[in-house]
Amino acid sequence: MSSKKILVMGNEAIALGAIRAGVRMAAGYPGTPSTEILEAIAKHNDGRIHVEWSVNEKAAMEVGAGAAYAGARTLVTMKQVGLNVASDPLMSLAYIGVKGGMVIVSADDPGPISSQTEQDTRTFGVFSKLPVFDPSSPEEACEMIGEAFEFSEKYQTPVLFRPTTRVCHACASIELPEAMQISEPEGFVKDTMRWVIFPRTSYLNHIRIEKRNAKLSETLSEYKRNFILEGDKKKGIVTGGISYAYTREVLPEGTPLLKISTPHPFPEELAVRFLKDLDEVLVLEELDPMIERQLLQIAGRRHLPVNIYGKLTGHTKNAGENSTESVRADIERFLNPAENAVSDELAADAPASDDIPELPVRPPVLCAGCPHRASFYAVKKAMKGKKAVFSGDIGCYTLGNAKPLDMVDTCLCMGAGVTIAQGLHAIEPDAVNFAFIGDSTFFASGITGVVNAVYNGNDIVLVVLDNSTTAMTGHQPHPGTGKTIMGDVAAKISIPAILRGIGVERIYECDPLNLNEAVNAVREAAQGSGVRAVIFRSPCIAVSRSEKCCEVKQETCRKCKVCIRELGCPAIVTEGDSVKIDATLCCGCGICASVCPFDAIGEVNCHE
Amino acid sequence: MNKNCLLCGVGGQGVVLASRLIAYAAMEKGYFARTAETIGMAQRGGSVVSHVRIGERIYSPQVPVGSADVILAFEAGEAVRCLPWLKKDGLVIADRRIVKPVTASLGGGNYSAEEMTGYLKKHADRLILVDGDAICREAGSSKVLNVALLGAAAQSGALGITPEEMLDAVRKNVKEKYIALNEKALMLGRKAGGM
Ligand code: SF4
Ligand code: SF4
Repeated sequence: MSSKKILVMGNEAIALGAIRAGVRMAAGYPGTPSTEILEAIAKHNDGRIHVEWSVNEKAAMEVGAGAAYAGARTLVTMKQVGLNVASDPLMSLAYIGVKGGMVIVSADDPGPISSQTEQDTRTFGVFSKLPVFDPSSPEEACEMIGEAFEFSEKYQTPVLFRPTTRVCHACASIELPEAMQISEPEGFVKDTMRWVIFPRTSYLNHIRIEKRNAKLSETLSEYKRNFILEGDKKKGIVTGGISYAYTREVLPEGTPLLKISTPHPFPEELAVRFLKDLDEVLVLEELDPMIERQLLQIAGRRHLPVNIYGKLTGHTKNAGENSTESVRADIERFLNPAENAVSDELAADAPASDDIPELPVRPPVLCAGCPHRASFYAVKKAMKGKKAVFSGDIGCYTLGNAKPLDMVDTCLCMGAGVTIAQGLHAIEPDAVNFAFIGDSTFFASGITGVVNAVYNGNDIVLVVLDNSTTAMTGHQPHPGTGKTIMGDVAAKISIPAILRGIGVERIYECDPLNLNEAVNAVREAAQGSGVRAVIFRSPCIAVSRSEKCCEVKQETCRKCKVCIRELGCPAIVTEGDSVKIDATLCCGCGICASVCPFDAIGEVNCHE
Repeated sequence: MNKNCLLCGVGGQGVVLASRLIAYAAMEKGYFARTAETIGMAQRGGSVVSHVRIGERIYSPQVPVGSADVILAFEAGEAVRCLPWLKKDGLVIADRRIVKPVTASLGGGNYSAEEMTGYLKKHADRLILVDGDAICREAGSSKVLNVALLGAAAQSGALGITPEEMLDAVRKNVKEKYIALNEKALMLGRKAGGM
């Protein structure tokens, strides 16, 4: 291996670090910002690693646990909300433990940028009593994941590894570490007391875990990635994760700093060493005030005369991301409170550059030619003037909530649309309740909801938006695609067959790009009771890009702009007074042609 | 050499690839590089920004406000949005075109290219406006704006990367069958950058 540095994205760095640590099992479910980790494992797999997109995070966690029981080094990946799905096995697994090293990567998303919540995996570490590793850069993540594997194996416990979006999606020049020498997994050794969870053993394990964590706190005080940068001031900073990087950008000379890479178990002795000579400490972290709480406890327990500031005291903001700018401002206010009180006022008075022109907001939209747009439009048209509620779900199709479609009335979490629709209908039975769900989400967590509806006789119209991929996270295969993450051919699981098996009798299947047929199917499905399903099948345009293209015939177009107002396709633009189609964006899906009342839109050959 | 570069545009314009190419070229010269990219929902037509940082003792993957040596803008309005990142005497290289979001087509506001470029002329210390339309037409593809902008940036010298080094990065990183096309685009960009 050459020592040449390569540019690697944080997620790929994590994957390469795991491969070098001898990972033999890698399972996960796609979710921004974690997705590329597993894809990179698949890309660099020499054939010895079992890599899979599991059907959801719970399945991934359990497949992983099995492999780790058998002694293999195991990586499980997901985004933070995925950890909620996997929390059932996680909580029990924390008691049982593992034999092969098992690292669970749960990527947090401060902001949030692409998530439903700003939850904090570090807090999950406290809740589950598991160790948490928190890298602050791609290069650190690459090395740290190997250390996490060794740590996990040494203490026979799964460990959490928590990068955030700005670590996952940043690239850095990295020199790859040497591969570790790992022995072959031993295989599963039967031992009921160890692998079968019982109340009695859980009680004993609980005692053992509390003892171990106290010990680990001491061990981790010596871990090289928890460290102090000495200074001569009486005011210090404590930070971890990406906030450490921001802090280092702006840290004034002489300011002592404590970096925390294992927020749980907290390296208490190290913290005491840091706190004991200081008067005041500012904690810079994202999401929960996790480090801040730990420091407060330690200061209380050890009677240290130090003031600790952070989110809990209002010294830093308690939601959203940090940045170099926010950290700089926080530190300035902390170090020179009096001066900054004045300059804050001045800043408020200073005139902003007021000639800045109004900039358009650019909310994300469904791609030009996205079949979801056609599906939503068909349902909208079919239900015009009728009382209907549209429950959405997680995926590109959440974007169907944007105007002009405005077709997503609820969205909560993976699979929830199917069940929320049932609850809504029970209270308001005169509405027709639609549940939109994508193909990948259907497999991940939609099926249970359909079983629930059939069993309880609940009335819903289930609309499966089947575009043959997991589009939002970058087009991963899933059980309905007939392909695995390694590109191998797999059994293709049929959604209509599942629905029939559950007992759904009325199933309409059609192509949403055929507007008339689609509208008729929805009209029929809206009638009657029980579970009725419409399956709209058309591939994601970002995967199978068509060569077709449409054009507005300027002589026929009456500039009524119905196409724009009804569809909101980003390829249809106004130029002065006239309506045009941007040929570089258009996919010729033809929906706008069906919508135009004057037949002014037609297909042309424009991708010569 | 420490350089900060911000690349901005609209999802789908090839911003990420351009930022990787700059980092690649810098690393070939032996420099440490960091980038930060917009991935996820915003790629569906939202505003996207890539940060590239080259040099020593850089910690944050994002360029701090007020410290970009160069802003490469794939869309004039996005250049305006990112202007606070430009450092004093920094250079803006921007396509003079705008991309209208659906919200603008639906009737809100008059979003005009002239207004955007006018603002840039007034507020950017150094500005190169590129005629992306003409370049793409001449190159024969609408997908080469990113490489053309890299050509302009390399020509300006503001990144510390020469046109030859940029060309090498392009050759080594784009698919074989697109190399000729991208070479042409790079050359057109260099001309726009004052060659
Ligand atoms: S045919 Fe019409 S609706 Fe479809 S992508 Fe082209 S412009 Fe958009
Ligand atoms: S990626 Fe596919 S599913 Fe997502 S908006 Fe684009 S066309 Fe639609």
